[in-house]
Amino acid sequence: MSGTFVGMPAFPKAAHEAVHNTTLRGNLRHATHTIRAKRATAVAEVSDWAELREAGKQIKDHTLRHLDRYLEQLEESVTAAGGTVHWAADADEANRIVTYLVKATGESEVVKVKSMATQEIGLNEALEAEGIHAYETDLAELIVQLGKDRPSHILVPAIHRNRGEIRDIFTREMSEWGRPAPEGLTDTPAELAEAARLHLREKFLRAKVGVSGANFMVAETGTLVVVESEGNGRMCLTLPETLISVVGIEKIVPTWQDLEVFLQTLPRSSTAERMNPYTSTWTGTTDEDGPQNFHLVLIDNGRTDTLADEVGRQALRCIRCSACLNVCPVYERAGGHAYGSVYPGPIGAILSPQLRGTGSEIDSSLPYASSLCGACYEVCPVAIDIPEVLVHLRERVAQGGPVTENGNKVVLKPAKGHGAERAAMRAARWAFSRPGALRTGQRLASRSRRFHPRTLPGPGKAWSASRDLPALPPEPFRDWWQRTNGGKDTGK
Amino acid sequence: MSSRDLILGRVRRALADVRRDDTPYEQAVPRGYLREHGELAPAETVELLAENLADYRALVHRADADGLAEMIAGLLHAHGSKTVLVPPGLREEWLSATDLARVPDRGESTAHELDRVDSVVTACALAIAETGTIVLDGSPDQGRRRITLVPDHHICVVRVPDQVVSSVPQALELLDPTRPLTWISGPSATSDIELDRVEGVHGPRTLEVVLVTGGDGQG
Ligand code: SF4
Repeated sequence: MSGTFVGMPAFPKAAHEAVHNTTLRGNLRHATHTIRAKRATAVAEVSDWAELREAGKQIKDHTLRHLDRYLEQLEESVTAAGGTVHWAADADEANRIVTYLVKATGESEVVKVKSMATQEIGLNEALEAEGIHAYETDLAELIVQLGKDRPSHILVPAIHRNRGEIRDIFTREMSEWGRPAPEGLTDTPAELAEAARLHLREKFLRAKVGVSGANFMVAETGTLVVVESEGNGRMCLTLPETLISVVGIEKIVPTWQDLEVFLQTLPRSSTAERMNPYTSTWTGTTDEDGPQNFHLVLIDNGRTDTLADEVGRQALRCIRCSACLNVCPVYERAGGHAYGSVYPGPIGAILSPQLRGTGSEIDSSLPYASSLCGACYEVCPVAIDIPEVLVHLRERVAQGGPVTENGNKVVLKPAKGHGAERAAMRAARWAFSRPGALRTGQRLASRSRRFHPRTLPGPGKAWSASRDLPALPPEPFRDWWQRTNGGKDTGK
Repeated sequence: MSSRDLILGRVRRALADVRRDDTPYEQAVPRGYLREHGELAPAETVELLAENLADYRALVHRADADGLAEMIAGLLHAHGSKTVLVPPGLREEWLSATDLARVPDRGESTAHELDRVDSVVTACALAIAETGTIVLDGSPDQGRRRITLVPDHHICVVRVPDQVVSSVPQALELLDPTRPLTWISGPSATSDIELDRVEGVHGPRTLEVVLVTGGDGQG
């Protein structure tokens, strides 16, 4: 995974700054609470949610456990359907491949469907450095791109912007990139959407190269799937002559039938809809319908290292629905930017430190960017036990241990001078000092006990080092926190 | 070493711990979930489809085979359209009551040409009641993917009840993955601005679905 956002401070500091931005907090709170409530209704509509969730979990786990086989099968079926498969071990290689493919078409601009994988590898910047303009076509991504900003949410990347800010960005920036915003643009969502429609349509109609990610790839058939709402995805997937899809190797499902699970759970978890307005599937190329050249770039970029971790590999089940963000009390206050990666919220807190390693200050602080209340696990449609992985990663940061880096097994030293623990303390202090930031700490205690019978990781380590954890429910973490004045009175 | 071999090698080493207990795919996935939610009679399934389509802001109309051409002509007229895109295999009689200028779906027509067309009329492969979704598979009566994307007004004809399934699992069973598929649930929409839903960003802003009964079933 390419580096953190440039100059990104560690989570506690970034979060600290974010919580003082009242506009940001207001926008975020409104958004997460709205989606959260709608999602619960959409999920309640299907009586077999628990079974769908279990099936989704098992499909993904099975695929991960046989990933080599399914990758080879996928390559074969995509190739048989007229596509070309490329393999990229890291971000640089993926960027080089895409740049090469775009240059081979003779074009100097591409239209892009919202894709986390291309954000992860910093594709837009890499293309720009080679003189190729990449236009984001998702409305929210457009807002982010025009605002020279960073996305703050998986699903609604401009969630931190309100309508007035968006109007100002459009009025100021659109003319730089193409068709200017209409005269006298107001801040009603309908007018803003219309401005985006006009601005982007001119790009869609002339685009020769489209770049996308994919929500799913079917090994059996070589089919790729993109779910979206606006139709910008369909534009990028069907109008250009060349389509380049950049997809993480973990996005495979074995069979066509498996989609029946995820096409039910993803929309409901994500946008709280029975079905998103548009789903496109394509298998290689089709005569006279859609792109005649199709390239699939499969990226590793830390995923095989994540796969090597028996506890952490479950993070690769993630289908990027973003439900965990919307229920997280820490995300709600800190905002997506504080996580310093394209993957914010609870999933970001476990995925980024695994994809990138815990070497940097921000990555070693991410496993602490959580109150461990467990809400993220409850909503996750593929049942990723995020708290379990958080606790596991905290232990890794604080105590070191074996990890895989770039395919090699290495033994990580405990974080130097307890720097990480200090970062953890700051993160926890931040979370705990805010009224309501933490609903409950019980889950931390019970989870920690489950996985670390003798010591608590991170902030709790100093405390538990001199005590055996009691057999009865341990002191709730929140109580411990208050009793010890934020961990300061532990005799350390 | 190629990156392909590098990545596959890493995957294999990463999975050293799981290679022995090898549950085959068929047994690895519990499929205890439902094939459909509630057993509805065909007529009820059609009602559910209509309800869910409307809930996601598609405009739903009903006609019998004899009244279909009039219905389509009326919808095109009401929308103020001057031109209509026509997939190659669309049934002639569906457009027999309108004298609008027809634009054929040709491989060589440019996106700019499509952008100048007001409406498009297509059939569909099937429709899913539980989610309010119509699915197009590029058959001759539906045309290329882009013709239902660029024009701002899409009229889609669904033969009921025979083209309607209840659920997503039932739909996938019938669909052919080698064809490019477009699943459409209501018109284009965005909720990116303060989560206010706005219809129509890039795809058609108006989706009209005609549920048609009767006829010879050749749709
Ligand atoms: S971790 Fe689970 S809830 Fe969070 S984005 Fe991924 S799939 Fe959704």
